Amino acid sequence: MLRAFLLRRTLLGLLVLWLVTLGTFLLFFVAPGDPARTLAGRQATPEQVELVRHNLGLDRPVLLQYLDYLGRLVRGDLGTSYFSGEPVGKLLAQDFPPTFSLVLGGAVLWLALGIGTGVLSATRARSLLDRALTVLALAGVSMPTFVVGLLLLYFLFFQLTMAGAPILPPDSYVPFSDGPGEWARHLILPWITLAFVQAASYTRLTRGSLLDILGEDYIRTARAKGVPERRVIYRHGLRAALTPVVTQLGVDVGTLIGGVVVTESVFGLGGIGQAVVQAFVSGDLPVIMGVVILATTAVVVANLLVDVAYGLLDPRIRLA
Amino acid sequence: MTLTELRPDLVTDRGIAGRSPWQLAWRRIRTDRVALVSGVVVILLGALALAAPLIAAWNGHDPDVQFRDTGITAEGLPVAPSGEFWFGTDRLGRDLFVRVLYGARVSLLVGVVATGLAGLVGVVVGLLAGYYGGAVDTILSRLMDVVLSFPYLIFAIAVVSIAGPSLSATIGVIAFYSWAAIARVVRGQTLSQKEREYVEAARSMGAGDLRIMFVDILPNLLAPVIVLTTLLIPVAIVFESTLSYLGLGITPPTPSWGNLLSEAQGFYRVAWWYLGFPAAALLITTLAFNLLGDGIRDAIDPRTERLFSRRGKAARRRRAPKED
Amino acid sequence: MLLEVDGLVKHFPITTGAIVKRAVGQVRAVDGVTLALAAGQTLGLVGETGCGKSTLARCVAGLYPVTAGTVRFDGQDITNLPRRRMRPHRRDIQVIFQDPYGSLNPRRRVGSIIADPLVIHRVMSGEELRRTVQELMERVGLNPEHYNRFPAEFSGGQRQRIGVARALALKPRLIICDEPVSALDVSIQAQILNLLKDLQDDFGLTYLFIAHDLSVVRHISDRIAVMYLGKIVELAEADELYEAPRHPYTAALLSATAVADPDEAERRQRVILTGDVPSPIDPPPGCRFHPRCPKAQQVCAEREPELERKQHLVACHFPVAAGEDLTAGRPA
Repeated sequence: MLRAFLLRRTLLGLLVLWLVTLGTFLLFFVAPGDPARTLAGRQATPEQVELVRHNLGLDRPVLLQYLDYLGRLVRGDLGTSYFSGEPVGKLLAQDFPPTFSLVLGGAVLWLALGIGTGVLSATRARSLLDRALTVLALAGVSMPTFVVGLLLLYFLFFQLTMAGAPILPPDSYVPFSDGPGEWARHLILPWITLAFVQAASYTRLTRGSLLDILGEDYIRTARAKGVPERRVIYRHGLRAALTPVVTQLGVDVGTLIGGVVVTESVFGLGGIGQAVVQAFVSGDLPVIMGVVILATTAVVVANLLVDVAYGLLDPRIRLA
Repeated sequence: MTLTELRPDLVTDRGIAGRSPWQLAWRRIRTDRVALVSGVVVILLGALALAAPLIAAWNGHDPDVQFRDTGITAEGLPVAPSGEFWFGTDRLGRDLFVRVLYGARVSLLVGVVATGLAGLVGVVVGLLAGYYGGAVDTILSRLMDVVLSFPYLIFAIAVVSIAGPSLSATIGVIAFYSWAAIARVVRGQTLSQKEREYVEAARSMGAGDLRIMFVDILPNLLAPVIVLTTLLIPVAIVFESTLSYLGLGITPPTPSWGNLLSEAQGFYRVAWWYLGFPAAALLITTLAFNLLGDGIRDAIDPRTERLFSRRGKAARRRRAPKED
Repeated sequence: MLLEVDGLVKHFPITTGAIVKRAVGQVRAVDGVTLALAAGQTLGLVGETGCGKSTLARCVAGLYPVTAGTVRFDGQDITNLPRRRMRPHRRDIQVIFQDPYGSLNPRRRVGSIIADPLVIHRVMSGEELRRTVQELMERVGLNPEHYNRFPAEFSGGQRQRIGVARALALKPRLIICDEPVSALDVSIQAQILNLLKDLQDDFGLTYLFIAHDLSVVRHISDRIAVMYLGKIVELAEADELYEAPRHPYTAALLSATAVADPDEAERRQRVILTGDVPSPIDPPPGCRFHPRCPKAQQVCAEREPELERKQHLVACHFPVAAGEDLTAGRPA
């Protein structure tokens, strides 16, 4: 039963992936703007533009271009950028580390923060701490990522520096290989930015879910049996309470791409997010497609993992 | 002798009145201070946004007028908040207060219209998918999945490349994402309502599918849909401000909180007000909508435990009498 | 004959498979039922949970598509009619449902609920509609002033009256009552049953009355059919069924009903059936009742008995004779 379930979900994921790439491809061709012309330069004659167009293969019928793209994709070739002439794969690989560092660190931070404060809130429900955390969480959920970023920039970089303690830098990315200390130092503000907004929704979710579970009879039984409170909360309560959190995680990976773009923009990190904005402005289809595929694959894989986790946690889901 | 015979003056005609679910919800929300305050804030914001042109006329400062003499310092920097410029000025010497007000118009317009559109489409699609099931449901559900899996920012960028950044493009993009979220919830609710006996009863009377969907099932969906749309409005507002910040939404000179903040990024070291006021406006607006949405949800479904209710506190005190 | 059901069969497929679903078995809810109902009569249909009586009711009402067999109403074949062709018949065939809490839309006012059939079939509107609804409410024992209230503001018995009013609105000829009193307290049950009897006399109604409680059914039915595992095992005039049941299953059911006289209750011997009701997916061969029957013999496991007239219609190889004591028997 589990295998059939996974098979179905995987096929579904592939279908979604295909539709998304198809959609993006078609969207690109409906857009005005002519990469051939932009590439050839303003001074180019019509013949030169045509030559460039031909070289890029843009004068062929759309369907043919799409099939060609699909064919190469299956072989692992993402094509070449119209503008830099570099293979898209290589470009993405270059832009990947900042984005990956950001997402990884941010995710660790927000999960720890979100679930941690959620548990704290739930176990001390209605106390002053709980209320303060709830208000904070609500504020976090209400703020756009870039506002958080800008505010952090203002208070933690600018004010600190003015006050004579320039510990945090305003922008740029330092690769891990150049020194973990510097790498982390440049990422702290972006991490907090990303984590703050995400953590807020996880706090609310964990708190609500855990409170519901802790009200159940089997928790009362555990306590009556004399199970230490810590075990009651973590082993019995949290395990059940985490299912909606897991679902939310899957959904969030999709919106995360947006949040990442913005954070990279605020802090000048030069990751994949910025690459795609650039690519659209200049009409660089292969790069756009590459990023879309990467992003959607991430979403699909994340959703699949969530489904698997769900299927393992809750046997009813498998049979649906 | 009964009481009515002894004291006929005390007998009134009122009898017992039944209360509809909506009346009950209204009574509950009336005691929720936080929700009420948020509601007032939302209404106030709406009023301010509508009145923006009037305020600008009264103030004498239009949002696009650049006050080169009074609005810019000798070094060419924005002026701090003062009697003349309540929120200070921006980098071109324009009155920031008026620009923030006009930004409110954009945010609320986009928030309400985009969510409203999404709501209409989402409810219809969700109803159809949940009620008919089978192939219809499969196709529509896949559609919802695709829309929700699509990296929304990429899509926004794509649409903007085609249509150029504009108000309608922004509304379109946001509505496009939100309808799927609403449709999913509506579909789930429809699926469970579909199995209820009153639907079978309607069918046995010869009611058509459309009638069952819109006259019978829809009233049972209204409550969660209202809560959801109220909570999606701040999402839409955040969405719009993000797009405007990236230059993909509303572009200058038309003020939007997002593009104001984008401009402010270059000036925050010297002009804290440039960053502060638009950010505060965004925060207050989205917070108010979120709290209002939470309040409505609690009023409609009072199962969830609430932090700030006076009614809750009084009830708890009554339930646990102190020992003397 | 107002209603004729001939060889009605309703099977529900059991599917499996991840991508493509295929049927691996059938739930044989109704497996060949034939009955007839004359205008103005009441046919009671009794059986335990899972015997298929509710499914049968829904097939007759056109709520489920029928797997095989026919349903004729007033001489016309209404089996599996497409929605549009079935619509005019829906004015004549109405249903009263079992659950007073689920069968009324909680978000609509009761006046609107009762008016539903009239509005759907576009019979009347406006002031005339309101007056008719209020008349109906009065007729079933509700206060007509309450037509703007919600179902939640009424008690279980009152809600069932709303259901009755709704069923009456179009002045149907046949009303299918699907366990209308099973969810009510005993004292209220009597009220509703009496209401239904009065309405039958006043409006010339025909009832197909489904229940699992034999004592409830006796009060209101002219004839009674007993169902077991998708088939009718006995069909007789009400009094005759009670005084001289011929099928062992009926005898067992009767012996379990409450008896008012405590002395007689003591004297009476209970016929205890062993085992559980088998699954309708895989009914026993031969007579479906034979594994639990105190009178079963070899032939019962081999050949399925037909519904034949042995004093009245009964499907049994060894019908119970008058005065026969079943408590001494044992299943084969």
